Amino acid sequence: MAGWAECLAAVEGVPVSGVRVLVGTRKGAFVLTSDGKRDQWAVSQPHFPGWEIYHVKGSPANPDRVWASQSSGWFGQVIQRSDDGGATWAPVGNKFSYDGTPGTHLWYDGTPHPWEFARVWHLEPSRDDPDTVYAGVEDAGLFRSTDGGQQWQELPGLRMHKSGPSWQPGAGGMCLHTIILDPATPGRIYAAISAAGAFRSDDAGETWQPVNHGLHSEGIPDPDAEVGHCVHRIAQHPARPSVLYMQKHWDVMRSDDAGDSWHEISGNLPTDFGFPIDVHAHDPQTIYVVPITSDSHHFVPEGKLRVYRSRTGGDEWEALTNGLPQQNCYVNVLRDAMAVDSLDDCGIYFGTSGGQVYVSADAGDNWTPIVRDLPAVLSVEVQTLS
Amino acid sequence: MIRVVLPAHLRALARVDGEVELQVAGTVTQQSVLDALEASFPMLRGTIRDQDSGRRRAFVRFFACEQDLSHEQPDAPLPEPVATGAEPYLIVGAMAGG
Repeated sequence: MAGWAECLAAVEGVPVSGVRVLVGTRKGAFVLTSDGKRDQWAVSQPHFPGWEIYHVKGSPANPDRVWASQSSGWFGQVIQRSDDGGATWAPVGNKFSYDGTPGTHLWYDGTPHPWEFARVWHLEPSRDDPDTVYAGVEDAGLFRSTDGGQQWQELPGLRMHKSGPSWQPGAGGMCLHTIILDPATPGRIYAAISAAGAFRSDDAGETWQPVNHGLHSEGIPDPDAEVGHCVHRIAQHPARPSVLYMQKHWDVMRSDDAGDSWHEISGNLPTDFGFPIDVHAHDPQTIYVVPITSDSHHFVPEGKLRVYRSRTGGDEWEALTNGLPQQNCYVNVLRDAMAVDSLDDCGIYFGTSGGQVYVSADAGDNWTPIVRDLPAVLSVEVQTLS
Repeated sequence: MIRVVLPAHLRALARVDGEVELQVAGTVTQQSVLDALEASFPMLRGTIRDQDSGRRRAFVRFFACEQDLSHEQPDAPLPEPVATGAEPYLIVGAMAGG
């Protein structure tokens, strides 16, 4: 494959653009780079080989700064930072101590269980300060660093919400997996936790309120339960920030009022179980999901890998299959493993439990694998470079 | 000079090859060796023992002189061959497939 420099060897004087895809896997991180055509790719050697990389994400304020969550059942949590776009890395601070006495949440059997840090699931860099980054962790908590990752402080208002002692983990652990820093309303942050639900802060993370009205979850006796919903992923388009899209454990949902209420938009999907959901970069009404057979069969239905696209903000969905395997395929796509670029022809990316990373350079009409044989993919993010 | 052998993943994280050599002042104990190791290689903090409690991580064990020292008191003196550098202090990760 061509190298990155070759990919960008455009005609002198012509502005170059391209993409950098950041892939976290069960056994390391990979950086995939291409020019704006997205048809030739340079694939890095594995970074942090052998470690679980739950998430890799670049700073919008400084695209050369990239963060990675590196963890291991043996050796715990490490946070890595790159200041050259993922070419070289250095470990930064990795001490995640809950504020005060952490107390308890509920365990799987309904008994109290101490809050214990396990790993960082998601890193969300600030939109305007390259030294500020948020971390969503298991057991659910929200941390922030304002010094380039050297020190981490919890924003304890979320964990200490009055409902906290009643939160319970999903099968994958009680993880805070979604962090959205609202681009329009200063101080507004959304967070989502499996299996507590969605929360919103309007004061920069000091205080939080559950925003789960309209969610209904099998197995919760109270149909109006404030918390306990297994939210898998929330997506937002920056041009229409009060509209939120959610892939719940079951059900695809939409809110038009910043999470105050939700309604179902699963429509004609073959199944409304799944993990990721994302929004087209230039059309806030165009959204993408990857339906998965069920919570007991964590693979795509009928052996066919299909992304579903709605151009109407939900309810009406079309299967996107061109270039994707349509027989004997039994992979899963995890919640952080889908991303979109912001080139004129919006690119869509996703990674699978089988180690494939697919790209569509035309908003989902046609797909091609960038790589086929990585370790199981945990996360995919993309940076649009110019 | 104290010799320490790290598991492969921690050698990669610390960017060292082979054994690590440390100067340890005073009585050589597991705690003083780990303190010196983390002072020389700050990126190892939290990977061997919890940063708050100091407890050994569950899948990490400590060996030296053909003995399992994992459950010894952290401030107990290490065997003389470790203190003199004749034998290394081994930090071992649990074996596993996958």
